[in-house]
Amino acid sequence: MVEGLQKRYGDVQALAGVSFRVRAGEVFGLLGPNGAGKSTTVKVLTTLTTPNDGRAEVAGHDVVHEADAVRRSIGYVPQSSGVDRDATGRENLTLQGRVQGMSGRRLHDRVDRLLELLGLADAADRVVRGYSGGMKRRLDVGLGVVHGPQVLFLDEPTTGLDPEARAAMWEELAVLAREEMLTILLTTHYLEEADALTDRLAIVSKGRVVVEGTAEELKGRLEGEAVMVELVDGEVEAAAEVVRSLAEVREVTADGRLLRSRVADGARAVPTILAALDSRGIQVEAVTMHRPSLDDVYLHYTGRDFRAEDEAGVGGPSE
Amino acid sequence: MKAVVHTWFMVGRQARNLMREPIWIVLLLVQPMIWLLLYGQLFKRVTHLPGGGFGTTSYIEFLAPAIVIMNAFFGATWSGMAMVSDLDRDVIPRFLATPVSRVSLVVSQIVRSALTALIQGIIILLVALLLGVRVHAGAAGWAVVLLAAMLMNSAFAGISQGLALLTRKEATMIAIANFIGLPLFFLSSTLISLKQMPEWMQELSRYNPVNWGVVSAREVVLPGSDWSAVGVHLGLLFALTIATAAFATWTFRVYQRQL
Repeated sequence: MVEGLQKRYGDVQALAGVSFRVRAGEVFGLLGPNGAGKSTTVKVLTTLTTPNDGRAEVAGHDVVHEADAVRRSIGYVPQSSGVDRDATGRENLTLQGRVQGMSGRRLHDRVDRLLELLGLADAADRVVRGYSGGMKRRLDVGLGVVHGPQVLFLDEPTTGLDPEARAAMWEELAVLAREEMLTILLTTHYLEEADALTDRLAIVSKGRVVVEGTAEELKGRLEGEAVMVELVDGEVEAAAEVVRSLAEVREVTADGRLLRSRVADGARAVPTILAALDSRGIQVEAVTMHRPSLDDVYLHYTGRDFRAEDEAGVGGPSE
Repeated sequence: MKAVVHTWFMVGRQARNLMREPIWIVLLLVQPMIWLLLYGQLFKRVTHLPGGGFGTTSYIEFLAPAIVIMNAFFGATWSGMAMVSDLDRDVIPRFLATPVSRVSLVVSQIVRSALTALIQGIIILLVALLLGVRVHAGAAGWAVVLLAAMLMNSAFAGISQGLALLTRKEATMIAIANFIGLPLFFLSSTLISLKQMPEWMQELSRYNPVNWGVVSAREVVLPGSDWSAVGVHLGLLFALTIATAAFATWTFRVYQRQL
């Protein structure tokens, strides 16, 4: 449960009132471009930093006033791998268990089981320096869950992994969530990841949650289909005017040589759009049409193109 | 109590990593050995200088305890590097999301550094023994030299950890280590007796913690130990250690506030 979180770093307002609610047992995603405030939100929820305003509860404990209780109930996988590279996988897990108050047989068995579950049993006694990126990331997840937390926070769990390792990671997480009965909160700037992995998600932009729901709900709220028209040359503004004047078309945005619009029925609208453009002598390079994707959801709720904004990287100290 | 137990866990982590590559302890000993074996031979006649003040005619005996201290001091100025690397790799944030004692994350770095100084001190003393050096105060003398080395190291390790947490950059750390390291070294009686130093340097050396360590260690190695001087200087080093550990802990809070 997160309510109206605000966080400032000097002049930078990293969080401008973030609110959302995560249900026990679900995989919840915070989706947004770099600098949107996802990592800062996670830092507040994992007690690494305190908010300037607002309130948050994790596993029933207040993150500011019951920080130690929160720390016992959560696992945290930081954005850049937090493993000790000079120690072995087993040593890393054992130490993590110790500071979480585990010891003896129970700790020993738990570490063994996790190494097995994460496919690290063979590499358990090797120094982490020699692990592959995917193995390191899996160990990171192991460190997060060694004490059997209720909630696991994953900050960009698959950034920097190749597509194969990323897919494997998604599978590992799904298995863990089921076997450990975990509630997972993950941040990501991969739309596909949010789509594939989360039960529900919140889109974060400029320090605020702009919308919350399941990926299907969010896409469903955008009725109809998305039509993208690529023009031969740069008369994009004129073309946007033309298309905007058509009755069938809603939400037209121009981006370079690309014209995006949403229509109720693509099969009927496309010929109309093409005819209108043709009558003004505007040449068309290509037309594509698809069901709304999270890209379109993002565009719809923030008025900005996800990828362009992500690359521009608003920055901020959290990223 | 939790702080002590967690410090123990964290020191264990560092000790395991250190022991995995024990070659480092040896490599780090190359420099003090050069001072002891080459410099000690090169300048062995200095004890005969008019004005004296060496308390012995054997320069190697005069030099050996000071080299133990020097090694502990220079080791300390680098101890923050391990903290910078833990910060860079998100090891510290990962621990901060657990109930781990915050103090233990800093103190364990200082303890690890002091333990390294202890092991190296023992090795340097053993080599000195082979060169004919005698610790005149016996077992108590050994204990004092090694204690002085550990305090010397902890006192400056606290500063180094603090700087690591404030700057979080290796390049800055190296610059500061050089900036404070050599002046404090030369403003002490490590290489030559106080009486042979210009007066202004003698005056400054009285306030130089490196000199406090050198005086304590040398008193018990040379004949006719002045135990009250040993006590005073060890006391000063201890007080400084507490102060710099407090500084390091404070900088850790500064770091946390920036997260």
